[in-house]
Parts: sequence; structure tokens; C-alpha cells
Amino acid sequence: MTGTTTGTALGAPAERREGRQKVTGAARYAAEYALPGRTHAWPVPAAVARGRITAVDTSAALALPGVLAVLTHTDAPRLAEPEDGTLAVLQGPAVPHRGWCAALAVAETPEQARAAARAVRVTYDTAPHDAELTEDHPAGYEPEQAGGQPGRAEYGDPVAAFAGAEVRVDVTYRIPPLHNHAMEPHATTAQWDGDRLTLYTSTQGGTTVRSVLARLFRLPEEDVTVVAEHVGGGFGSKGTPRSDVVLAAMAARHTGRPVTLAHPRRSLPTVVGHRAPTVQRLRLGAHPDGRLTALLHEVTTHTSRVKEYVEHAAGVSRVMYATPNLLSSHHVVPLDVPTPSWMRAPGHASGMYALESAVDELAHALGMDPVELRLRNEPEREPVSGRPFSSRHVVECLREGARRFGWAGRDPSPGVRREGPLLIGTGVAAATYPAMVSPSTASAEARPDGTFVVRVNAADIGTGARTVLAQIAADALGVPLDRVRTEVGHTDLPPAPMAADSSGTASWGWAVHEACTRLAAHPEEGPTVRADTTGKADADSPYARHAFGAHFAEAAVDTVTGEIRVRRLLGIFAAGRILNARTAHSQFTGAMIMGLGMALTESSTLDPAFGDFPEADLASYHVPVHADIPDIEADWIDEHDTHLNPMGSKGIGEIGIVGTAAALGNAVHHATGIRFRELPLTPDRILAGLLSERRR
Amino acid sequence: MTSAHEPGQHSEVTLRVNGKPHTLLVDHRRVLLDLLREDLDLTGSKKGCDHGQCGACTVLVDGRRLNSCLLLAVTLDGSEITTVEGLGGDGEEPHPLQRAFLDRDAFQCGYCTPGQLCSAVGMLAEAAAGHPSHVTDPAAPSGRPVALDRPEIRERMSGNLCRCGAYPRIVEAIEDVI
Amino acid sequence: MNGFGYLRPGSVQEAAEAYAAHPGARYLAGGTNLVDLMKLGVERPALLIDIGRLPLDALEELPDGSLRVGATVRNSDLAADPRVRDRWPALSQALLSGASAQLRNAATTGGNLLQRTRCPYFQDVDKPCNKREPGTGCAARAGVHRDHAVLGHSEQCIATHPSDMAVALAALDARVELYGTEGTRSMPVADFHRLPGEHPDRDTWIRPGELITGVLLPAATARVPSAYRKARDRASYAFALASVAVALRVTDGIVDQVGIAFGGLAHRPWRARHTELALLGGPAGPDAFEGAVALELAHAEPLRDNAYKVSLARNLALDVLNRLAPAPAPA
Repeated sequence: MTGTTTGTALGAPAERREGRQKVTGAARYAAEYALPGRTHAWPVPAAVARGRITAVDTSAALALPGVLAVLTHTDAPRLAEPEDGTLAVLQGPAVPHRGWCAALAVAETPEQARAAARAVRVTYDTAPHDAELTEDHPAGYEPEQAGGQPGRAEYGDPVAAFAGAEVRVDVTYRIPPLHNHAMEPHATTAQWDGDRLTLYTSTQGGTTVRSVLARLFRLPEEDVTVVAEHVGGGFGSKGTPRSDVVLAAMAARHTGRPVTLAHPRRSLPTVVGHRAPTVQRLRLGAHPDGRLTALLHEVTTHTSRVKEYVEHAAGVSRVMYATPNLLSSHHVVPLDVPTPSWMRAPGHASGMYALESAVDELAHALGMDPVELRLRNEPEREPVSGRPFSSRHVVECLREGARRFGWAGRDPSPGVRREGPLLIGTGVAAATYPAMVSPSTASAEARPDGTFVVRVNAADIGTGARTVLAQIAADALGVPLDRVRTEVGHTDLPPAPMAADSSGTASWGWAVHEACTRLAAHPEEGPTVRADTTGKADADSPYARHAFGAHFAEAAVDTVTGEIRVRRLLGIFAAGRILNARTAHSQFTGAMIMGLGMALTESSTLDPAFGDFPEADLASYHVPVHADIPDIEADWIDEHDTHLNPMGSKGIGEIGIVGTAAALGNAVHHATGIRFRELPLTPDRILAGLLSERRR
Repeated sequence: MTSAHEPGQHSEVTLRVNGKPHTLLVDHRRVLLDLLREDLDLTGSKKGCDHGQCGACTVLVDGRRLNSCLLLAVTLDGSEITTVEGLGGDGEEPHPLQRAFLDRDAFQCGYCTPGQLCSAVGMLAEAAAGHPSHVTDPAAPSGRPVALDRPEIRERMSGNLCRCGAYPRIVEAIEDVI
Repeated sequence: MNGFGYLRPGSVQEAAEAYAAHPGARYLAGGTNLVDLMKLGVERPALLIDIGRLPLDALEELPDGSLRVGATVRNSDLAADPRVRDRWPALSQALLSGASAQLRNAATTGGNLLQRTRCPYFQDVDKPCNKREPGTGCAARAGVHRDHAVLGHSEQCIATHPSDMAVALAALDARVELYGTEGTRSMPVADFHRLPGEHPDRDTWIRPGELITGVLLPAATARVPSAYRKARDRASYAFALASVAVALRVTDGIVDQVGIAFGGLAHRPWRARHTELALLGGPAGPDAFEGAVALELAHAEPLRDNAYKVSLARNLALDVLNRLAPAPAPA
């Protein structure tokens, strides 16, 4: 749909503007800029979990054909100290975790670079390491901050209230480390022209890459150009620059040639971040009528020695339910492990698995329908902050989902629906994700031919940013959609925040909307109007702003093998105004599929002996495949919220994954009568559970 | 540093890629994927894992879908290669499957898309040739074309990962061209 | 990987001679495992001998009703062959449950038999592994080993053989045919792979330089009802946690032919001889099957985290046996 009328572009299912390039193979990604004289770099991963590099023997590597250089911590360019310690690569001999970059080979071809990296001999002074997360680890501490919020929130007397509750659930859930594994590995092509640096990189935020790299290499920001025209997914792991950008820039500086560095797939788990494992204890106390009297959500997780990252899983308990007594806290253990980071709906995906599973357990203990239990605990205001919600339609999502799914009349008895060897069950869970927004700049230009160009350094990581920003612009300008062109993905464009926290469209869109609105109202300010939403987008809001949703799932459990097949998955969301029906639908279902993977197939292990992940490739880390995915329905309810941004939109990139795993886990309980409290629900666990149940 | 070429470790190969002949001296280590991307600047075929575990590099070699990351170029002398850039033939119009992917929004980031497209084209030929799959009824008659319902398409496309989760839309797009 | 030479011999004999003449040579066919391992640095050949174009890609029916499968017949072509589907269905099913369509289009019969374990420690050249580097130790035994062996493992190695195809071939009494400079020979597929013992670096009984030329599917198992079932972590494109191939003929309620092999449990396809012996000549039925399968799995020695495999294998075997056994005639 190109839109020949005005004022109707927002919400329309407009086709992706870069779609044709993507389906014909013309779209170029970071490693695909064949600059003249371009060379290739290959990292040498540290082979110890903790220690110091005592020697790097590069002679064999340098003797190989085509090899230009091997950078080590003794000769690599010196960087200014980064805020993010994971970027301080090749700056010293210390090895903080296995897989840390110990050296970097540069050669004419990728094959030569790989061979050279393999030929580098690194000697270590190995120190004892500790890579095992335990709940009572002596190094654990309560962090001040978790996900930008206080690490701990507490009111009332939760412990006493729980002890005195008439109905109690006290359960612990476990989620293993998980990997983002965007299909495009982290990659950068770097080129120096004198002291000017150009980076083609796979990032969720080119403006951030520029400022970080400028600081590291002590350059004025205007001397750094970052191009990220197409980005092959990120899911949080490309939010801030990763080591590929720094290493490629160093190698290009060192060799005087353009350099492409694409991290090998096997390196990604250790160098780009992972969803940190969590152990989550949930204590729910309730009246027999279902009203909560106490909610305690305590999270134990790990971080690396390089920097503190806290998987803020307990945060969701500060938003979801009315309770007179609450504890939401985090406990983090620094270990000799790779640094965890954002993965789609950080904190929330993990936290809502545990909370929404525990709520289901409480419903079972109360003999109450789990949808009804949630309705009875709907808060009037956001529990911890006391702020009113800008809009909150989780009840409507639950009701609409229940209607569409055919929830009414569901027999709550677990373990009774058999189809031959299969046990069938259904489950429900709620979803929430904050509606965030950051300041951005953007410009709008009126062209003599009656068309308009909107410019903002947004990143289109698969969300359809180009398309939806054009829709926002068209409506603000009052022109048909096909008269608006969008330019994104280049630091020559107005600076913008990253595509993260489901805030990209809200942030960029606000600035685009403002520029276009002004241009339409005051054409004399043109031909180009520039907007900056600083002071507006980041102004304190008196409202608690979140998107909500509800998931319904049906699963079949094979009692012969313990294999689970999802039969149906339905998500209903309340996320403000939906700006593009087509791409929004794709994002919701895509995130639900990642949630399905979290529930059923995706598992990684922090190997205590070695300090890394044996599931380092895509054969052993099981991203869901086509055959795992049934027909998935995602839809939304109309939500009008005037307290967000000029479009009235909330972010939609992450909420789809939040709660999916709980809905599936609850369906598996309904099918089998067994509570599995550790993800993923793989055949080994299911079968062992079924057998121990049979023996009872 | 020594010369970029070691004797005995390179050979000349001739391939037809999207209908055009190419004769190149290749490092024996070079896989078809890198030949396409590095030597011919045909970057539509993607490197997702480089180990045959994701399908992003899928191309058609003499009509069969294969993971180009595991095919040493030197072994392919005389082969006919079709990549995503060649699916539409010489014309301006995309292949019907490419059109269906656009219509169905069967991709997000686009990185797995070329592999999904080439894989789907190969799959349609396999089904037409009577190749069964894991979900084909073992009692179905051998050697006859297999009807592609959704379970068949899903199983047969399972060698192509999509992390954005466009799977349902991809299946619909394939159904559109059956 | 470092550079290597490349040679395309004109005959099987030339191939074997080239191998003998070049230390560090490897045969290359589909390359789906070898090229993967070369990229990992696990395999470091000095020379690749490309046997992909030798005339070993035919399926040949022999007068006695057996079928000779050439070593370079692609997995997808073998699975689709009407003779295989109709006469040895377990083989077709096993092939189709392995890998992806793209990999099956490349992988060959011989290469599938010779593929190496997917043990993560074997694949990581920075970690100890007795299979990859004898004497360095087995990291999996105390490490992550949910996917590893429960039968026939040793202190040195607990790896499993990853093939689905080989499991079906073992159950179907197929024979592997070998060519070497000292002549040709053949042996049952069920005996082709070794247990790890003290020498886990040797996966099979193949001799250095020997070449698999084909696999013989015997007339004796043709049209015997057979099936393959596999359990895995996702619905497709994953290695077996456990699998089973069963060929079972029951006449008048009595088992008169049976072949059973397990996959995912051991360093080789595990032919369940104890089960077969217990069943052969006796009545077919759920109780008999249960007792006979238990006899085999009583030999299992699970590790810390893989005891589930014993139950899984049992369930899979009973499911397939009961499906293949004809329903008892009404009394």
C-alpha cells in the first residue's frame, strides 16, 4: 500500500521500503563492503578462564602466506580507557574470561586470516578461576542498580505477611544462559583516511558507535563516520558497540588497509554478551479469594569481572500485581565468565517466566482459574512508584485472548487430556514491557518536486524503521506516503538513540513528527526543518508507562519421548497505537517464537571447568526451526494513550517474548500435572519428570 | 610475510554463476560462499555460521540446494550455480517467490532471506521429483510428487534458521507460489 | 586451516594409490563433516583426494535381491529411492530424520558412516580430548555430557556416533564394502565402528588408505517391516538424543526375524543383540518386548547427567516394536 490519500498512513500495513533489496540480495551488510585493498581480521580467543598472557609467539603466523600482521596487547594501538570494559581489547595482558581476545591476525583473505589466528601461540600464566553460579556464593552482593532501577524495592512486611498467608506458594525457577545469535554475526569493515575513520558496522545504534569510537581513538566525533544501512538482527547484542568495531579499527590503523572483521559464530557466545542465567525464588501469599497478601521475588544471577551487568528479572514484580507487601530484589555474583548483556526484553523475559509461572501455581493451589486470579489482583496504580498508569489494558488482553482461544469451560484438572501417547494442556500468562522513549534529533526537507526527505540516524535492524518513520512523517506533513523518503543508518544524518528497549520508533518518531509538523505549519522555515526532542522526550512523566499483553498456549507432550510440540500460540497486546499493522504483526510473532525457543529448545551451559559455553554453535544451541513453529496468532486491542509521544505508540519489539515461556510452561503443567521449574523443557527433563511421577 | 600464493595450493576452476561463466584461480581452502562474496562480489548469499548449521548460505548447484559454506570451490569445476541474485533471471521482475516474500512480509532483518528463498526453490523441485521428507507418510507411494501441506513445508525448510521468527510468514509465502 | 593440495583421481585405484603416496591425505566427498572439521582446526589434511566424481554414485540391484549403494550416493537420493523406501523403510526414515535437506543433498553414504562425533570438547581444539589428541584427557566425563554415551564408553572417551543412517544400516544387516591397495573386503556395518576403549582416536575398523566403495543392503532384510524413530531437542535439524531402528518379522505370533539398533547411546550404532536373542523364536507382544529391551539396557552405565537416555531408548524401542508387530489375531 503506497497511500494516495493523506492522514491515513499511520497504522496502515505499508510494505517494507527496503524489502526489494533484501529479497534480491542487493542489501549490503557490514562485512559486504569490498573497499579497494580490503583485508580480513580473525581474533585469537584466550584459551584460559583467568590469567595473564606471558608471551605471544606470532612467528609461525607471520610466516604464512598473505598474513599482514598479528596484533597483540604489546603493539596494538593504545585506546583511551573505555566506559565499557569489554571494549578494552588488546590493551593489557590480563585475561578476564575464556574467549577474550588474546591477539588479532590480519591477512589478505579470510582463509589466510583464519589460518594465521590458528598459528598464533599464546602462553598464559593461569590463575584459578570460578565460573559456577550458586545461590549462596560468598562473592554475591545486592547491586545498587538493576536495569536502571534500584536493585531492591520493598514495602510492607513481606516476610511476615507471607508467613501468615492462608495460601502460599514458595517456588524457585531456573533459566540457563541464553544467546542472542542474530543471523548476521557481529561484523565491521573499518577504513582510515588519515585521521578520519569510517566504519561499516552491524549495530543497533550508529550514533553511539561514533561517540564511543571517537572517545576510544581520541578523535573528534565529526571525524568518525558510521554506516549501518542494513543490520542482520541484534536482539540487544548490538545495542552498544562490541569488540568487532574496536578490533577492526585497530587493525585498519595498524596495517593501513581497510579491514573487515566478522566474529566467527563460535565466538559470539563469549564476546557479544548473553542473557545471564537466573535463579528466581518466588513467594506468593494470598487470601482464599485470590487477593495477594505478599509477593516476594528474589533473583540471583551472575556477571563478569569486566563489568557489572544485572539481569533485572525482579523488576516485573513492581509493575504487575496489587499486593500490600512486596519484596523485589537482586543478588549478583561476579565470576570469571563472559560478560552478560541485553537479550530481547532483558530482565522482563526472565522475570515474567518466573512470576507468571508462580501465579499459575497459586491459581492451582487456590483452585481458581488463572485468568480470574490475575483479574483479581489488578492494581489501581503502579505498586512501587504509586504512579497512575498512562494506560493499562492487561485485563482486556486476557479477556480478549480467552475469548479467541476458547478458554471458557477449560477443565483445570492437570494431566487428564490424552490423545494416544500425547498429553494435552493449555496455559496462560500475562506480559509487560516498559514504554520507553529517549531524545532524538531528526530533519525534514521539502523538495522542489513536492516530495519530502526525512533524515534520522535510526537503525533498521529488521523492525521496518524506514517504513514506519515515513508513515509518521506522511501523516504529520499531511501528504501521501509515497511522497516521503526516509534516510537512516548513517552518521551524516541527525543523531539518534539506539534501537533498543523497544524505544526506537517512539524516540525517532517523536523527532520526525516534530520536524514534519513544523515544516507543514511553517513552510517558510524550510526547506529543511530540524527537530530535537531533548527536554521533551526525557521529561519526567507523572505516569507509569508500560505495554501489556496476554499469551495463550496449547502444547502436546509425548509420553514416549518427552518431546513437546506447540499446537497453538495466541498473543494479544495493548501497546498504544500500532503504527504499521504488517510489520507490528511480524515483530509480535517473531518475539513469541523467540519465547518459544526460550521455553522449549534454547539452552546453554556455563561449563565450570572451562568458563565458557560448550553450546557454542548453531548445531548445539537450538534456535527453533520451521518445524517447531505452529500457526501463531498475534493481535492487539485498540489503545489510546495521550501520555506517551505524539504518535501515541508504545514499543512492540520485545513484549512478544515476555510471558511466552510461562504460558508454555503452564500448558505443560496442565498437560502433565508436573511442574517443571527449569528451562528449557527438553525431552530429558520431561521424560525424567514423567517417570518419577509414574513411580509415585 | 611471504607471497600470497603457495604452489600446489591453488587451482583454476570454471563455474557458471547465474548464467555467466567465470574462470578463477582459487585457494583450495576457498568455499563457494566466499568465492561468491569475495571474488564475484555477489554478497546476497549470507554467512551466518560458516559451518552448515543455519542455511543462510544456501544456493542452487546444478539445481540442488546446498550449503555453499561447506563446498570447496575447487571441487565445483563445471558446475552451474544459482544465487539469490539470479533467481529472477535476466528480467527486472523478481521471481514469484521473491514477490510472495514481499507480499507476506516474510522477513525482518533480511539476513536469512536469500537462503530461505534459494532453499524454497530447491524444495519445490525436490517435492515435484517425489522426494519424501521426515513427515511424509511412509505408506505414500514412492516416486510421485509430494503434496506440500504446512507440516511438509515446515519440515523441508528446517535447514534455514530465522532468528527474527518470520517462519509463519515464510510458509505462507511458499504456499502462495505452490 | 593451512593450505593443502587437491587431487581428483580417475579411479578408485588411483585414489587409493594417491592416499598411500601422500602422508596426511584425506578423501573428500560431500565434505559436510570434513570441511566443517577443517575450519575448526580438528582436521588438518595436507592433501584432499576428491572422490566425489568417481563412478561410485549408483544404486545397483543384484540378482539375489540385494541392493548395492555406491559410496557417493547422496543421502537425499538414497532416502528417496523407491526401492529403499519400499524394501528397507527404516533406512529412508533414518536418513530423512538427519541433518537438513541441504546437508542431505551433499552428504554421501560413505561420508555419513565416517562422520565424527559432535562432542563439543572434540570440536574445540583449545580443550582436552582423547579422541582428537590422545592422552590429553576427556573433558566431557566431568563436564557437559547430557548428549553422551550410556553404553560401551570408556574412561578415555564417552562420545557418541552421530549418524542416523548408520543405525538403520546396522539393524538391517547392511555390509560396508572397502577398497584398499591390498584388496577389497566387506564387513557388517554393525561391526564397522569401534568402541572407544583405549583408542578413542579410531572411530572405525577402516585401515589407513582404505576407501568405502559402497554399502550392501541384503536381500534377507528386504521387505521385512522396519522403522526408525528418533528423539531430539527440536522438531528437526538436531542430532539424536536417542534413536532406534527396528526390523521385525512376526509369523503366526512368533518372531522369526529381528534386528534392532540404537543411536545416540554409544560410540557406535548399538546393535541390541541381547534383545534380539531373547525375542527370536519367541512370541511377539508387549511383555516379551519389554523384557527383551530391558535385557539390553541393563548394560547401560549412565553418567551424571544422561540417565534419561536409558528410559528414552527403552520407550523408543518399545514404541517401534509394538507398532511393527502385527496385532494379535482375535481369539
